[in-house]
Formats: sequence, structure tokens, C-alpha cells
Amino acid sequence: MKCRKCAGKAVINMRQHQLALCRDHFLEWIPAQIQRTIDKYQMFQSIERILVAVSGGKDSLSLWDILGQLGYHCDGLYIGLGIDGGIQYSEESQRCVQEFASQRNLTLHVVDIQEDYGETIMAMAERSTRGREKPCAVCGVAKRHIMNRVAREGGYNVLVTGHNLDDEAASLFGNTMNWIPDSLVRQWPVLEANHPGLARKAKPFCRLYEREIAAYALLRGIRYIYNECPYVEGSKSIYYKELLNILEEKRPGAKLSFYLSFLQAKENGLFSPSADPDFEELHPCPTCDQPTSAPGQCAFCRMVLHLV
Amino acid sequence: MTVILTLRDKEYEAKSGMTLHDSLIMINIQPESVLAIRDNEIITDDEVLLEDQVIRLIAVVSGG
Repeated sequence: MKCRKCAGKAVINMRQHQLALCRDHFLEWIPAQIQRTIDKYQMFQSIERILVAVSGGKDSLSLWDILGQLGYHCDGLYIGLGIDGGIQYSEESQRCVQEFASQRNLTLHVVDIQEDYGETIMAMAERSTRGREKPCAVCGVAKRHIMNRVAREGGYNVLVTGHNLDDEAASLFGNTMNWIPDSLVRQWPVLEANHPGLARKAKPFCRLYEREIAAYALLRGIRYIYNECPYVEGSKSIYYKELLNILEEKRPGAKLSFYLSFLQAKENGLFSPSADPDFEELHPCPTCDQPTSAPGQCAFCRMVLHLV
Repeated sequence: MTVILTLRDKEYEAKSGMTLHDSLIMINIQPESVLAIRDNEIITDDEVLLEDQVIRLIAVVSGG
């Protein structure tokens, strides 16, 4: 297969775009696409301070790499969850992140949950109602809390994450299958800081397929953690991704169309913000001051204080 | 006349002379879920796989 731009040997065929590219043109194309996404959704500007949440995986490290290439000033945040699973998962992922940051002379904040809050994610999950079966729900609450906290305390204008098109399509699929109106209202490439305690959040990879990001990371020589989190087995989002990939195989572009059509429908007014029951009902948590819709303390503080 | 495809710690066999795409479908791996490496280069799924070649598949799906 030949590169559309130079007729050289293609390394990737992006059927959703009817576009095959060689290594060099692909490595030019990806950052250009990300810049278009940043501009289209007015995510952030180069004068702003950006905090990138990095896990050691291909998406977040590739994102940090691309934003640097595009001239954005980005610091990283790694959250040590204390997950071992027999493969030293957290240790290895932290190593990948630190190596990446050190090679590029980038600032990296590391928050270790056990050091800061006295327990690993697994320990919190075992005694928490929320995490009785799997730690994922506990993990999600903790990561969102810490990301917001570090972004605010560090004076960052925006927090960015490596969520890609496959993540967004799977999330949209799940929210639609289970008809979760508040999640559908909130799903968008950028979430403005609509409360004093919230950081603006953006997903520059939201229109990029996971496969393209993996190719980018490999071609750039980015060393990322290849093993999945040991608790990912049975995950609904992975299952939804598999279903969507089956659809994509038969209908190239189906995932992209699904997500972009949703965004278009929202721009046309399909989901009113008032459909979100938490809309305009946030108040500062009395313990950590972060916004919460729960009565009294936020979910994270209640978890840490052993109240759930 | 076989080709070996590896994914994580598993090995799969496919018939030589088939394209990568058809080989993946035959061994029940979704083409969208992997990248394929042959001789340290990423290959597109129209590539014909030849006898005794070893193709390393990289899983691209992550998260949870």
C-alpha cells in the first residue's frame, strides 16, 4: 500500500479517512490533526499553563509528546495508585513516565496515594462499598479528585487527558445503552471550569483512533507500559470497544461518525444542560473545598475518611 | 506453509499466502485492535504473509 502523499511505503491505512500514509507523513499528520482539534474546540492556547495527566500508557505519553512538539508548555502529573497485580504495574508505569519526562527535561508531579492518603487504591477498594467488587470505581473517584486538586493548587489553566476516540465512543455507547442523561449532557471534548473549584478539562485526542496513537508511539520510539492494569479484565468499556471494533471492521468510520454525529447533535441543542440533575447544584466540600453535588462531603473525602 | 503471529504471550498460526487482514480474521483477532510488526516495521493489512514469517501483533486497546 502506498502513501497518499508521496507514494512511498505506507505504514498505516486509516480507513475512516480513506488515507494511507508513510512513516514521515504520518508523523506530520498526527500533530496537525491534534492542533485542528484544539483549535476547533478552543481547548487552550499556547500562553496557558497546561497539566497533562500521564499514566505511562501510550495515549498520555503520546499526548505529552505531541503537545510539546506543537509548542505548548506542559507539565505532567502521575498518580501512583499502588497497584501491583503480580506485574508491578504501578512501579513499571511510573518508571515509563519518569524516563519520558527526564529524557525531555519536563516537569513531572508525582502524587503517591499511599503517601498522601495513607492507603493504596486496593486498600480503599477493599473496605469501601464503592469498590467492593473491583477497584475501578474507587480508582476513578480518586484520580479525578487528585487531578483537579493538583491542577488548582499548581495554578494550571487546563488539565488535559489522553482520552481518545475509542474511549469517547465506548463511553457514549455505554451511556446510550444505559440511557444516562447526565453523562450524555456532560460528554464533550472540553469541559469549562464552570465552578470556582473546578479546573478546565480537555481531551485533544478525542477524534483520534487508539490504533493511530499506538502507531504514533511506536514510530516515535516512546516507551510506554504495554501491560494493561491487572483489574481491567471484565471491564465494560473494553467490551464496548471490542463491539465497536467489530462494527468498524464492517463499516469503516462507524466509530468516528458515531461520536462526531453526537457532538453535532449536541451543538444543535439535542441535550439541554438542564437534563443533568447535578447542573447548578455544586457546592464546596467542607473538607477539601472541591466542588461536589453530594450532600455534605465529596465522594473522595468520604472514601478516605472511611465513611463509605 | 505457515506464518506465526504472536500477541502478548500467545502464538497463532496462519496459512502463508494470505493477507494480514485475512489472517487476523481467520485467527479471530479484530484488525482494528492490533498493529502488526514484521522485521521491525509496521505493516498494513493488505500485506501478504509469506512462509516462516513471524508477525508480532501489538494490542492497541487499553483502558477500563
